[in-house]
Amino acid sequence: MTEMVRAENVHKSFGSLEVLKGVDLTVPQGGVSCVLGPSGSGKSTFLRCINHLEKINAGRILVDGDLVGYRERGGKLHEMSERDVARQRQSIGMVFQRFNLFPHMTVLDNVMEAPCRVKREKKAEVRDRALSLLDRVGLAAKVDNYPAQLSGGQQQRVAIARALAMRPKLMLFDEPTSALDPELVGEVLEVMKGLARDGMTMIVVTHEIGFAREVADEVVFMDGGVVVEKGSPSEVIANPQQERTKAFLSKVL
Amino acid sequence: MTQPTETGRARPEAIKAVAVRHPGRWVMIAVLAVLVAMFLHMIFTNDGFRWSFIFSSYAPGKRGVMFTEPVLEGLRGTLLLTLFSMLIGVGLGIVVAVMRLSPNRVLSSVAWVYTWFFRAVPRLVLAVIFGNLNILWSRIGFGLPFDKQIGQLFGIDNFDGQIFSIRSTDLLAGFVAGMIALGLSEAAYMAEIVRAGIQSIDTGQSEAAVALGMSRGQVLRRVVLPQAMRVIVPPTGNEVIAMVKDTSLVAYVPVTGELFFQLQQVEARTFVVLPCLVAALIWYLIICSVLMVIQFFVERHFGKGYGAAGKARQRLRDIQVEQGGRITATGEGTP
Repeated sequence: MTEMVRAENVHKSFGSLEVLKGVDLTVPQGGVSCVLGPSGSGKSTFLRCINHLEKINAGRILVDGDLVGYRERGGKLHEMSERDVARQRQSIGMVFQRFNLFPHMTVLDNVMEAPCRVKREKKAEVRDRALSLLDRVGLAAKVDNYPAQLSGGQQQRVAIARALAMRPKLMLFDEPTSALDPELVGEVLEVMKGLARDGMTMIVVTHEIGFAREVADEVVFMDGGVVVEKGSPSEVIANPQQERTKAFLSKVL
Repeated sequence: MTQPTETGRARPEAIKAVAVRHPGRWVMIAVLAVLVAMFLHMIFTNDGFRWSFIFSSYAPGKRGVMFTEPVLEGLRGTLLLTLFSMLIGVGLGIVVAVMRLSPNRVLSSVAWVYTWFFRAVPRLVLAVIFGNLNILWSRIGFGLPFDKQIGQLFGIDNFDGQIFSIRSTDLLAGFVAGMIALGLSEAAYMAEIVRAGIQSIDTGQSEAAVALGMSRGQVLRRVVLPQAMRVIVPPTGNEVIAMVKDTSLVAYVPVTGELFFQLQQVEARTFVVLPCLVAALIWYLIICSVLMVIQFFVERHFGKGYGAAGKARQRLRDIQVEQGGRITATGEGTP
């Protein structure tokens, strides 16, 4: 299987605060990686580095074989222009903790916006695809509603559909269920399970241990800006080797 | 009336309680009513207003002063001046605001200096200065910058690199000078309003847009500004209304085709002071009332997706669904 994501020795600092201190991760095509860890461990920051929302200070990240945010020419790194970074991001979908739907657009317009404006695809085609995506996440009846009229779980499902409308080869989930009422978590996780079954490559930062156990091919436990432990769910969750992993899991399980 | 509910328990009768009394409010209302009555009485009975002078005829064979030809011309001038200076103000204001928020220090400093200067100088002073700017230049043109100096460098006297130029007394006089002065001043205020609007939008919005592959311009045009408009429109309405009134300052440029100036001319000819002032006041009231109606519709347009009404309707539907109601095509539920 080919590698979709390869992160090597990634470092990231905000001023004098070093958030990532050498993170490595590889995700094969179609693989699902769940990143667990206490808050402040750098897991969200790491995710944001993968689509260059944050610039890394050292190390390198490759998505589908291409360096993220840089181009290597004559053994020297060149920063990519904003336009090239934007083009790279088109194939990387991202779902945020706080949904970040565009409140001034209807659900359908939210999903259609990027394919129409960024990729300049034909409106009718995009519309059909958007409707079928919204149907897939169970929101066919809400296409003309505005985000404020939806529950958190519904909004997050729209956000997933919006990301999928760009036909990404990789999906990043940044704590997608952390801002939801407990009874709404399930519906979002169901959609994500469906995606994983269909072979989408996914990196999921989450606190949902049950989801990680069921869906993940690999579970990564981060703490203090480094990967403490990684392996299959049965290794990391059921039988952790590191003290820090054990301590964390004992609190959340 | 009691109705059985799902739990099987009878629903108690709705509460019928005696409302709290507010005697203070009633006293206040009485006082205001008397004051309003006194005011209206004065308006209708005091001969000093000379309503016929204002509305029907201010001199034998003439229309009321509000509707005479020069005053209507002045009204047109006031409206056009407001429109054009606000267009300059809003357009340039957005540019200055975006520059001010730029990560580039030079751009943001230039924007800062611009707002500093034009907010510091009174509009009246600015209007007079622009009326006299032709003292600085005899011609204003477009072409090679520093053409004279470059010419001298190569030993050519009077080298002319201008592609197009115009006598400054033709360009920078009257209406155009007033329009530019008011527009540049307005841009400084609009820049601050637009900046506040842009900064009020959650960074998650531009992050989500950028993550979808949108360019910086697209993020601004499609995501940030449309939302920022909710914050920008109300103070901009203020600015438009203030501008209607500030157009009277261009009399000092001087511009004569302006409402207040024209009414003062009538005043000077007829020695009827107060009715002319009242006529001006009435026109300003009418213009601003129309503008407020326009503002209402603009606000409603940019409030899409935020309306409390929309949310309430949705909640109602959800409740009906929970109670086993049927949703019809129009969204009206039948319990």
